[in-house]
Amino acid sequence: MPALSPTMEEGTLAKWHVKVGDQVRSGDVIAEIETDKATMEVEAVDEGVVSEILVPEGTEEVKVNTPIARLGGEGGAAKAAPEPTPQTQPAPMQTAAGDPEKQPPEAAKPRPEGEGATPVTPKPALKDPELPEGVNLVKVTVRDALRDAMAEEMRRDGDVFLMGEEVAQYQGAYKVSRGLLEEFGPKRVIDTPITEHGFAGLGVGAAMAGLKPIVEFMTFNFAMQAIDHIINSAAKTLYMSGGQIKTSIVFRGPNGAAARVAAQHSQDYAAWYGHVPGLKVIAPYDAADAKGLLKAAIRDPNPVVFLEHEMLYGQEFDVPEGIDWVVPIGKAKVRREGSGVTLVAYSRMVGFCLQAAEELAKHGIEAEVVDLRTIRPMDIETVVESVKKTNRLVTVEEGWGPMGVGAEVCAKVTELAFDYLDAPPMRVTQEDVPLPYAANLEALSMPSVDRIVKAAKAVSYRS
Amino acid sequence: MARAATAAAGKRKANGADATSVTKDELLKYYREMLLIRRFEERAGQLYGMGLIGGFCHLYIGQEAIAVGCEAAKRPGDQFITGYRDHGHMLVAGMDPREVMAELTGRIGGSSKGKGGSMHMFSTEAAFYGGHGIVGAQVALGTGLALANSYREDGKVSFAFFGDGASNQGQVYESFNMAAVWKLPVIYVIENNQYAMGTAIDRSTSEVELYKRGISFNIPGEQVDGMDVTAVKAAAQRACDHCRSGKGPYILEMKTYRYRGHSMSDPAKYRTREEVDEVRKTRDPIDHVEEMLEKNGWADEATLKAIDAEVKKIVADAAEFARTSPEPDPSELYTHVYTTVEQGA
Repeated sequence: MPALSPTMEEGTLAKWHVKVGDQVRSGDVIAEIETDKATMEVEAVDEGVVSEILVPEGTEEVKVNTPIARLGGEGGAAKAAPEPTPQTQPAPMQTAAGDPEKQPPEAAKPRPEGEGATPVTPKPALKDPELPEGVNLVKVTVRDALRDAMAEEMRRDGDVFLMGEEVAQYQGAYKVSRGLLEEFGPKRVIDTPITEHGFAGLGVGAAMAGLKPIVEFMTFNFAMQAIDHIINSAAKTLYMSGGQIKTSIVFRGPNGAAARVAAQHSQDYAAWYGHVPGLKVIAPYDAADAKGLLKAAIRDPNPVVFLEHEMLYGQEFDVPEGIDWVVPIGKAKVRREGSGVTLVAYSRMVGFCLQAAEELAKHGIEAEVVDLRTIRPMDIETVVESVKKTNRLVTVEEGWGPMGVGAEVCAKVTELAFDYLDAPPMRVTQEDVPLPYAANLEALSMPSVDRIVKAAKAVSYRS
Repeated sequence: MARAATAAAGKRKANGADATSVTKDELLKYYREMLLIRRFEERAGQLYGMGLIGGFCHLYIGQEAIAVGCEAAKRPGDQFITGYRDHGHMLVAGMDPREVMAELTGRIGGSSKGKGGSMHMFSTEAAFYGGHGIVGAQVALGTGLALANSYREDGKVSFAFFGDGASNQGQVYESFNMAAVWKLPVIYVIENNQYAMGTAIDRSTSEVELYKRGISFNIPGEQVDGMDVTAVKAAAQRACDHCRSGKGPYILEMKTYRYRGHSMSDPAKYRTREEVDEVRKTRDPIDHVEEMLEKNGWADEATLKAIDAEVKKIVADAAEFARTSPEPDPSELYTHVYTTVEQGA
């Protein structure tokens, strides 16, 4: 009895199309079998003469792998597979390659819990590079820091190229790629048609062939058209190929809410991509991290989703000048030390938390601000260390709360530092609505410094 | 816009006539490769029936001439990429039948160490880039392979295979457009087996002559008898020449037919047994080559039997390996999620 669907365990032998003595050729329909889904025709695999019908027509509940007939080999001599070990007995027709009693080895045996492998997560000590003596810090906008990162990596490695809408002649929809076309030419700075699904797929294909594309999405909102290639083609292929196919590619662009562009153009995808094994997800706050982490992302042999923020592009921060500034992926950064409450955030919300910390200080609460920087792999150790010190946790994100980044941080802290918590953790998130256009409703919907301050006070049992 | 061959719906033209373009050795090679695919797939179907192969399993039986004919036209290094009906392409690309079969059974000896299964296999060595389970994804990815070829100016051509069903996916046309704008060396091989799972082409597709799908992108297309390996090879050669001369993409619509259901669990009630039998009887791609060989006096029955025995031995060996190779060690669960090693390193 052949298995004729992924879920079939038994079937009904509805009809025989052959009888004892009939000659069958491979491909001939020999029987009809009712499965759990449908009635299927069964074709012979081997050639030969039907020597015996073992299961008569109309028999129900015939278990998969039960012999249903015997087939004699060509030329009258009963022949049986497995071919390497011919036997003298005729072979069961549907079990030609083995012992009919034998179940697929181990196939369905559940493993006892805890017996499986444990995640191999090598934890090298990740540290930001030390600044050599005499290095100048210069004020650079996040926009230019990103451009500099791409330019430096393109100078360093001829396999790196940039593709996306308006990245070349227009100089970037947000001017992030300004000057790159002039320096690197149209072969390495490629204007694409407005066709996210398609060009993301082309980028992944080029990466499979060994190039290192940077795929710019004008915003990550439009990348939803391309999310199949980001997840199914880029993130999973290394695993599905047993380690053969690497996809060194960066998907980058602005993410999260801009201002007054309403629901379809205002969404934070950190949690979406952070959910997927095989992807690395980065969401930097300041210009030094934007530059150092983008350079690390371009060099990384895995697919990286690099979430920028339009509202930060024009902000200036100190960036080390004249050195190869690469910041490690997977390392959070404590941006402000404090002992009263831990504020965990990424991207633009880090700035909000720093402002909230100043406000809280006026009320005698010293907040520690942890900038995650990388969403996946998440540096939960740094968060836990902070919570052990402060005993209180507030997470802040632009995305929606349910199943969000804050939800993950809270779950992990509860698992790893439950005994250190003096109050239930709180999440500050976008309200659970599509982002409205009206200025007042938009403001009501988004996280604010005021809401962060209130949450920090609440977990500190202060009003 | 050439139309090289008549639709394969009707009878094939007289056998032997097309033998002028093919040598004895070539034809014997095609015969062996096609037979290997067929016997391999028959055995895969059998192992599925025994519960040794799980999930989905899409057999290539009936369509063998396409992969074999395209392989005959390609140069070393030219890439193949296809969807989930991929076993045939892998075998002709040179992947080890043992590794392919062991992947079907989900064993450590499989080409993806048992972690990909029937629909997800790859070999950088054989320039085979999958094995993709999402209908149409391979078209954009295959165009990306061509983008890499163009970027490196290495003269390689990418073959992106997809079915009549996938030809209705939007990303196919996004890819056509970019390939044409950027003159990428990619051959779109549409394996038109007339059924997208259970939906006949005329029920799903307004223009059923799929080689015309490139017209609005200025991509030349040909309709080819996909049941005739010599016609496939000749057309694929024209397509390669076109791509390598820098003229951009090319479309080959291969008229073909799959004998088995869409996957192993498809009872195929959307077509009649007579329809299937008629194709098997009159258009079978392997019978066709066999007739050509005999007609030209290039192989007698003994030669063909010897090839058959050799192929059967390879397949039996692959099945035995796939049955006895162990399941992946539990420690493989968390390997290959990320890599620290660069491509090609």
